[in-house]
Amino acid sequence: MIVQRLDRPPEELERRTGWEVEPEGACRGDVCVPLGSPFDLRDLAGRLGMELVHDERHGLWALGPESGGRALHSAQLPEILLPDRNGEDFALRSSRGTKVFMIAWASW
Amino acid sequence: MWQELRTRWYPLGLEVVTVALDVEASEARPFIEQAHAAHPSLIDEAHLTVELFGFLNVPNGVWIDEDGMIVRPSEPAHPGRNPVTESFRTIDLSTVPPDIADVLREARKIKSDPDVYVTMIDDWIAHGRESRYALTPDEVIARSEPRTGAEATAAAEFELGQYLHRAGDHAAAIPHWRQAHRLHPDNWTYKRQAWNFEDPMRQGHTDAYDGSWYEDIKRIGAENYYREIIP
Repeated sequence: MIVQRLDRPPEELERRTGWEVEPEGACRGDVCVPLGSPFDLRDLAGRLGMELVHDERHGLWALGPESGGRALHSAQLPEILLPDRNGEDFALRSSRGTKVFMIAWASW
Repeated sequence: MWQELRTRWYPLGLEVVTVALDVEASEARPFIEQAHAAHPSLIDEAHLTVELFGFLNVPNGVWIDEDGMIVRPSEPAHPGRNPVTESFRTIDLSTVPPDIADVLREARKIKSDPDVYVTMIDDWIAHGRESRYALTPDEVIARSEPRTGAEATAAAEFELGQYLHRAGDHAAAIPHWRQAHRLHPDNWTYKRQAWNFEDPMRQGHTDAYDGSWYEDIKRIGAENYYREIIP
C-alpha cells in the first residue's frame, strides 16, 4: 500500500493485511505483536516481516505483504473492494451465499 | 467465453467474477463491454489481487464457497477452448513478420489442458465440499504461492510503479517495475503489463526492461509458462 508518512499507521492497513494497530501493538485475530513507541512504519514492517520500499524523489513508500510464508495466511476470503466497469465499488464478500469463481484476466 | 459458462453455471449456484489486471482501466473496459457480461466485471489497476491471492499469470482462478472460504487457491484457469490461442495454431507463419513468427512458434508450445479446469468446476458445482477438487483450509494455504522477501518486495515495487504511472509519471514507474521483474521473475503479470506499455504488439525487447515475452519464455521453456494443475 502506498504511504506518504511513516509516523502513523496507513489507513488501508487493516483492510489490506488484517493487522490493526491497537494500544498493545499490531493485532490480527488473537495475535498481537508489540510495537515501538512512537509509531514508526519501518518498525511495524520489520516486526511483521513486511517489506517497505521507498521512492525518494516522490516522497513515497510502498508497504508490501508479509514474507516468509505463503500468499494466503488464511483460507478466509480477504476483504476486497474493487471497482466494476462503471467505477462502482464491488465487495467480493457481498457474494456470500453463492459459490464464486474469481478469474483474473487482462487486456495485455 | 466466461459469459457463456456463467450462463450455464449461474442457475446452478455459481457466480463468475472477472478481475482485469490492467493498470489502465480504459484498456480493459472495451473487452468487458464487448462481452456483454452479466457477472461482476472488476478492474484491479493496482494488482491488489496479485498480492492477496498470488496470481502469477492470466488466466488464473480462485474458488470461493458459499461461506466465503477459499477452496482452491490461485492456479491456471483455462475456460475451455480459447479462440485466440487456438488461432495461433492455424496462422501460416510464412505470412507474418519473422519476429512475430518466432513469438507464435513459442506460443504454440504453451501447455494447457483446456477441458480439465471446466470439468473440475462442474464437479464442484455438483458436489460442493464433497467435490474431490474442493480443498481444506490447510491445503488451500499450503498450495498458495510461496512468499519470500524478494517476492514481497516485488509486490511493493510493482504497486509503487503503478501509482506513479497512474499519477502521470510513467518514466518514474519503470525502475520500480524493473525491480519487480528482477525480484519475482515468475510473475508474468508484472512483466507483461510493463512490457505492454512499451511495445503493445509484441511485448518485445526495449531499452526500458531487460527481458521480453519472447526472451523470457525461451529462457524458461514455453511448456513451463503455465504450471500444471494439481487436481
